[in-house]
Amino acid sequence: MSKEKKLKFNAAWELDPAPEDSKHVSIKKQYDLFINGEFVKPNSKKYFATYNPATDEKISEVADADEKDVDKAVKAARAAFGKWSKLSGKERGKYIYRIARLMQERAREFAVIETMDGGKPIRESRDIDVPLAANHFFYYAGWADKLEYAFPNRNPKPLGVAGQIIPWNFPLLMAAWKIAPALAAGNTVVLKPAETTPLTALKLAELIRDSGLPKGVVNIITGAGKTGAAIVNHPDINKIAFTGSTNVGKWIQKSIAGTDKKCTLELGGKAANIIFEDAPLDQAVEGIINGIFFNQGHVCCAGSRLFVQESVADIVIRKLKDRMETLKVGDPMDKNTDIGAINSKQQLLKIQEYIEIGKNEGGEIYQPSCSLPKKGNFCKPTIFLNVSQSHRIVQEEIFGPVLAIQTFRTIEEVIEKANNIPYGLSAGVWTDKGSKIFNLTSKLKAGVVWANTYNKFDPTSPFGGYKESGFGREGGLHGLGAYLTI
Amino acid sequence: MSTKTTIPDFRITPTVDQVGVEERVARFTTRSIKKESKMQGMKMILSMIDLTTLEGKDTEGKVKQMCYKAAHLHDIIPGLPTVAAVCVYPSMVKTAKDALIGTGVKVASVSTAFPSGQSTHEIKISDTKFAIANGADEIDMVISRGEFLKGNYNFVFDEIAAIKQACGKARLKVIFETGELSTLDNIRKVSDIAMYAGADFIKTSTGKISPAATMPVTLVMLEAIRDYYYATGRMVGMKPAGGISTSKLALQYLIMVNETLGADWLSNEWFRFGASSLANDVLMQIAKQNTGVYQCSDYFSKD
Repeated sequence: MSKEKKLKFNAAWELDPAPEDSKHVSIKKQYDLFINGEFVKPNSKKYFATYNPATDEKISEVADADEKDVDKAVKAARAAFGKWSKLSGKERGKYIYRIARLMQERAREFAVIETMDGGKPIRESRDIDVPLAANHFFYYAGWADKLEYAFPNRNPKPLGVAGQIIPWNFPLLMAAWKIAPALAAGNTVVLKPAETTPLTALKLAELIRDSGLPKGVVNIITGAGKTGAAIVNHPDINKIAFTGSTNVGKWIQKSIAGTDKKCTLELGGKAANIIFEDAPLDQAVEGIINGIFFNQGHVCCAGSRLFVQESVADIVIRKLKDRMETLKVGDPMDKNTDIGAINSKQQLLKIQEYIEIGKNEGGEIYQPSCSLPKKGNFCKPTIFLNVSQSHRIVQEEIFGPVLAIQTFRTIEEVIEKANNIPYGLSAGVWTDKGSKIFNLTSKLKAGVVWANTYNKFDPTSPFGGYKESGFGREGGLHGLGAYLTI
Repeated sequence: MSTKTTIPDFRITPTVDQVGVEERVARFTTRSIKKESKMQGMKMILSMIDLTTLEGKDTEGKVKQMCYKAAHLHDIIPGLPTVAAVCVYPSMVKTAKDALIGTGVKVASVSTAFPSGQSTHEIKISDTKFAIANGADEIDMVISRGEFLKGNYNFVFDEIAAIKQACGKARLKVIFETGELSTLDNIRKVSDIAMYAGADFIKTSTGKISPAATMPVTLVMLEAIRDYYYATGRMVGMKPAGGISTSKLALQYLIMVNETLGADWLSNEWFRFGASSLANDVLMQIAKQNTGVYQCSDYFSKD
């Protein structure tokens, strides 16, 4: 055929910028540590800046907590534990409901700050992060007075003081995942947000203060790795809940070895997203997009390894390339942006390094024709074709918008390859045949397996990994049980 | 163009996942269309409308009035396009054709025993030929939904091919009446049948059955058009009809076309809205964009 068959996207009708208004949010110039119900200056008197990764502009500065501050926070949590744990479940539930409702009321402000501080598109923080965070509080509020029914005849009791360390990819949502079940179970909390994205956790601290939650039940302190280490090593902590990198997870396990601290770890991933020839292909392509480009690929359960059955590989790749051409990359505050800014310069460099590795390994790179903003940390959505299990970009977690694509021929082959990785957090299966789904879900070594969808989160559903993706579950009854002696 | 196109086995057309389609549609509806791009979109909408009257009570007088509106949407605002076509019953084609001389607005006629399609082959052919003889530029046929649901795909295919032949140079739009076809899988299947049988446009609905056009149904049809284009190199047009009465919704349809098929389909040669009340809502929005205030609906003519 003489005529070239190519679809032209974004050629005739460019959308004008539609930036979300940020004037209504209040961000202080400087934030202190939230300990025992009030904001207090750090012992070190030191503060560090937090930047907007889309503009490189400084937004605010936050306190750098040292060991003494951590000790103060743990003591406040310990002091609050007695009364809080003896409060009736019904009363605890009321407080948690109140936090959920306040979060809904301030949803817009939270969404804007989440996007400014972290770089994720406003569409995601507005439609996913913030509503889901509020839903976690609503869900666990409901369990607070039903612990005996959740775990009948087990006499469930709270653990004590929980030290919680959360990552930069879903700052508010991860805080909700950690705080809500801990409070419902009757624990008190010392939480540390990531150093690049502390602001929504500090806004949450303000919200918790306004909610009238008893002092010391939730303490939120900021700092980098050293602060986190001080929490992990503090002798009066009963449980460590950590979400982050596998390396830090391993270090935490070593540090608490020999103590009676309980622990749940939610670590890295390199999930297989598997497309069979009988799958609804257009929707599967959408699943690939959501799997790897959601939140710029900063998702531990991202579908970063794509397996396509060879008989439909060409057509799936063609559809995927067309779809990538329609993705809008740029200002995270624009309501039409699909892919926002990479969270930090450091992370951008890591992703770029992996893209170079992929090229040097001989992977066939494809990126859409979109242009990137001149300022800020941005990366084009990227796919690598013709790679194999032996490529480093297939084996290692990149934590960015980079997808490694392999073909497969039989079910046995794809199960073997999907499981042939040190991680085991999540997987996706796309097929029109129900029996094939159940066959695969029982054989894939992954904590979460999505069928004909991807990256779906719900407070009622447990989430967590196998192997180097960690242990313990968050969400659902399992997530509640992780904060109780049962 | 190559004539080597092989006709696929319609029993094994690609499957569609409804939940996934609805999620994709939800993404289109979150696009924010502002300022100049909104104005551009609204003018596109006006130029893509098939202004329609398909009532038992239609008369020559009513059709003439609508035809004037089709060519003079709102003369107070300069620079507005005309609609693409008027859509009428075969008996009104001559009246419409005469009324639209020199305007550039096309005349589309429904045919094949619209809206039910429950008639004989001969009547459907002669219905079509009558409309063509009276000057119709486009034919909007209905498929035999009963035969399709029976699994008689050959019947449906052959009927479309026969009407296409009867159309001669007139462009053929094939109406599926998606509200009667029950599943998105069926809509994908019938889209493939119609395109391989020679449809120039595929169209959702008659407007006589609820639900009429919806975004999920339209998306499945757009995806079928895309796959057919890649398989054969031939472009096929899309016409959602019925139930699209606000400019906001119509803009969301355009977003969907732009992000599924791209710029080449963003003209009235390849995309139409079958609608009777959409035009005035768009006009009202354009007036608001120009003046900053919404005007009373009585400032906009109702023909």
